[in-house]
Amino acid sequence: MTMTESDKPLLAAETLSKSYGRHVGCRDVSFELYEGEVLAVVGESGSGKSTLLQVLSGQLDPSAGRVLYRMRDGVARDLATLGEAERRFLFRTDWGYVHQDPTLGLRMAVSAGANVGERLMAVGSRHYGRIRGTALDWLERVEIDRDRVDDAPKTYSGGMRQRLQIARNLVTRPRLVFMDEPTGGLDVSVQARLLDLLRGLVSELGLAAVIVTHDLAVARLLSHRIIVMKNGAVIETGLSDQVLDDPREAYTQLLVSSVLPA
Amino acid sequence: MPAVLEIVQASKSFTMYLQDGLRLPVVAGVAFSVHAGECVVLAGPSGAGKSSILKMIFGSYRCDAGRILLRHADAVTDIAAAEPRRILTLRKDTMGYVSQFLRAVPRVPCLDVVAEPLIGQQVARDEARAVAGALLHRLNIPQRLWPVPPVTFSGGEQQRVNIARGFLPDMPILLLDEPTASLDAANRAVVVDLIAAKKKQGAAIVAIVHDDDVRRAIADTIVDVSKFSVAA
Repeated sequence: MTMTESDKPLLAAETLSKSYGRHVGCRDVSFELYEGEVLAVVGESGSGKSTLLQVLSGQLDPSAGRVLYRMRDGVARDLATLGEAERRFLFRTDWGYVHQDPTLGLRMAVSAGANVGERLMAVGSRHYGRIRGTALDWLERVEIDRDRVDDAPKTYSGGMRQRLQIARNLVTRPRLVFMDEPTGGLDVSVQARLLDLLRGLVSELGLAAVIVTHDLAVARLLSHRIIVMKNGAVIETGLSDQVLDDPREAYTQLLVSSVLPA
Repeated sequence: MPAVLEIVQASKSFTMYLQDGLRLPVVAGVAFSVHAGECVVLAGPSGAGKSSILKMIFGSYRCDAGRILLRHADAVTDIAAAEPRRILTLRKDTMGYVSQFLRAVPRVPCLDVVAEPLIGQQVARDEARAVAGALLHRLNIPQRLWPVPPVTFSGGEQQRVNIARGFLPDMPILLLDEPTASLDAANRAVVVDLIAAKKKQGAAIVAIVHDDDVRRAIADTIVDVSKFSVAA
């Protein structure tokens, strides 16, 4: 069998550890993520999943181990060795990062259109009409009324802000999106809408994603594979239905059995 | 012709840590094979492990021992040892699983729920919707329900949506967990026809059915699962 591009991982974590002084954030985490694959990282707060996400996305340097990312030229590069321009390219174009708190991922005082357009301009778009057109298209895709394009997100509801943040991230057609509790803090009905939207976009665009969540229902709906973390370490991995329907570790069984059936 | 699916001495148990590490053996020494165009019906009393065996084949349950060999294209994959990625690919184009329950996703219309697996196989959206509609029609789901998310449908309607979703894509291996439970006679007959058509196309089928008439109509081979059951 010949190796094609998609046979090589897009992102690879190799024995990653991050400690803050004596406190361990995450330790000895290894996995591979392929194109179009959605990986959920689950565990309780303090399990190290958010630390892991920040190390994976180059926002924190690992204390040990490395993160490899396959650039658009097909070459896997160690994040630690990337130059400033390459890092900028990843953050502005090839990656998305969806924060739990949309105020961290949006500029709250400028218009929704500018929030989406800014990412486009960062990759070289200059034609105002086209930028506005693309921004309007994306608002529509995330189900925000086109009439709201000139309003700033501070006038938006929580659910709308989260959808706008997603549009801002996806407009540059990234290959990989990191999401930190994307549905956290939203009302249940708003969560369902966002989940459904995310599910559609991820499969339509063939996105790879790493989603940190403590919500197993979110993991089941969105992810192909699950990593379970406890005290900074990965204790169980597998297909999402394997981990949720046939959990092997005591802690995973506790997590799964703690969910109230709807 | 070599078997499409061959299960070799597979076993499965659960260890329940929340119950002081209680070990629940489910099945051991499971061994049977399924050829193209053959329908194997798993028989045995409730709790004998029939559904567990289907889940082991689909990869939802991990095996403790043994092999589950799946022949596809020109390769053989052991599901019991395969990488998650490999299993995902096989689920997309080689093996389908139809349970009696639809895992309904909020807001996705009935027609799209059915068309989705085909779209995943790169069939054009309009074409996928057209064949999805035809199959829903055959299963007596009226057209006015197609744009509605099936969350609010009755149990029987949801089951028929699930059957349409599972039967639409061409899969060389089909796993059916009580596909006709809670269906009326007319719809049961449609499902029996669908299964017959799949067999004719060369699909290898493993099914659990409690209805005697349905079993008689579809089964080529009956495997008594109680011989694999492990008394707790």
